[in-house]
Amino acid sequence: MRVIGAITARELSAYFASPLAYVFIVIFLALSGGLTFHVGGFIERGQADLEPFFQFHPWLYLFLIPAVGMRLWAEERKTGTVEFLMTLPVSAAEAVVGKFLAAWLFAGIALVCTAPIWITVNVLGQPDNGVIFAAYLGSWLMAGGFLVISACISALTANQVIAFVGAVAMCFIFMMSGVDFVQSAFRGWVPPMLLSTIADLSLLGNFTALSQGVIDLRNVVYFLSLIGIGLVINTAVVELKKGA
Amino acid sequence: MQTLLDIRNLSKRFGPIVAVDDVSFQVARGEVVGFLGPNAAGKTTTMRMVAGYLPPGDGSVAVCGHDVVRDAHAAQARIGYMPEGAPSYGDMSALSLLRFVTRIRGLSAADRKRRIDEVIDRLHLEGVLHRPVETLSKGFKRRVGLAAAIVHDPDVLILDEPTDGLDPNQKYEVRNLLQEIAGNKAIIISTHILEEVEAICSRAIIIARGQVVADALPDELQARAPGHNAVYLSVAADREAAARSAVEAVEGVARIDALSGNQQSARFLAVPTDQRDILDAVRKAVANDGIEIQEIRLERGRLDDIFRELTKAA
Repeated sequence: MRVIGAITARELSAYFASPLAYVFIVIFLALSGGLTFHVGGFIERGQADLEPFFQFHPWLYLFLIPAVGMRLWAEERKTGTVEFLMTLPVSAAEAVVGKFLAAWLFAGIALVCTAPIWITVNVLGQPDNGVIFAAYLGSWLMAGGFLVISACISALTANQVIAFVGAVAMCFIFMMSGVDFVQSAFRGWVPPMLLSTIADLSLLGNFTALSQGVIDLRNVVYFLSLIGIGLVINTAVVELKKGA
Repeated sequence: MQTLLDIRNLSKRFGPIVAVDDVSFQVARGEVVGFLGPNAAGKTTTMRMVAGYLPPGDGSVAVCGHDVVRDAHAAQARIGYMPEGAPSYGDMSALSLLRFVTRIRGLSAADRKRRIDEVIDRLHLEGVLHRPVETLSKGFKRRVGLAAAIVHDPDVLILDEPTDGLDPNQKYEVRNLLQEIAGNKAIIISTHILEEVEAICSRAIIIARGQVVADALPDELQARAPGHNAVYLSVAADREAAARSAVEAVEGVARIDALSGNQQSARFLAVPTDQRDILDAVRKAVANDGIEIQEIRLERGRLDDIFRELTKAA
């Protein structure tokens, strides 16, 4: 735990040591605010909820989370610091978890910065704050899912641009796996039962349930297992790349 | 002497390329081993396996009795390793980097403070403590890398080309530092700068094509050099022919090589047969003929020559 804590603290401070953190937070706030008011019709709807706010999160995350995750391993490989880090008494799993936690906490900080919209909706009406809390939780879990995918892709390459593009593509597949566009790629050669399983694995589907205020254990378990499995794969990739 | 690093039959292949081929050696406390070899000889690969970054393909590495594969953390806890080019996190300041390393290594709060203060003092980092490492000069970056490698006072220190790319003053400083801390550690430095071996190493291991081709004291290596015990002689230019015939008559002189001279002096190198000592005989022979000697000295043999001989492609 000490090692994971040290790595998380270092990584988190690395975000704030560069303009990345501030650029990310500003863009996230501007986009989410703009979409909520102008596209989501937050005021015009006349409903005291944050659905117009949360419905855009998957789309924002699709591009913003890979930007947070792309540097996690690719940068270490590029600068050679991975050799420095992995020759300290640190296991690959500790490094993977420490880095992921830092990025996830960072996404959480960005999410906390959206609190004014929660305050706004409470000033304007009487929203169900339980629903909003569930949606925030769901949004953060979804960010974790996108992040773990981005971290895995980042570990595969020393090039951050490739890490970003690859992560966006991979996140898109995971996000949209329930949609016909992605399903049609599997239809015909995958057994129908597996087809519906792929649909159940959709990030979007699992988030939608949470964002409507239903904290269904299945959705939470889905995100946590996605993160868990992602971390295991991430660890394996880091170990594998170390030897090459 | 206590053996701190024990490398046995270490091998590593990358696909069809054999990078390290059956390398074995031990390093005891107090030794500074110069690990020499041309580029791509397997130096870095060997050091990476010792540091636990690469898994050994075959054979074993034990650090203070801990196997680097089975007991990786215990081994890594006793190693200080600086990879080639001393990579470190550019966004961190030297101080936060040292804090990060000591925290990962699990030093107690009191030890952390004491050790960090000590390496700051030893490597003269006081002035740059709070600046991001990426803004530092090459020399300071290297010092920060060294500080991170020695901050936990390791028994075994592995440095991959610690002086590469530094200016002569910085090289001198790094060498002085290594000599200071050498006493109670086992140190391996890889280099292809041979003067460095003469300056600080108590032992030299030369590897070529993944294999150890020499493991000896620097003096012994010099003794194996083709020019060992040759006599360098400089006389006035107009006495060249006389001096040459005087030296030729000395017993044990195999041949005389003319070196480039100038208008005032002629210079020779008298190479003995079987590296025998001919200095005195040459000096007497020349003096007896009434030739004034401008300069005479014994050549120790050049490490460069023996290095080239041992590592040239078979």
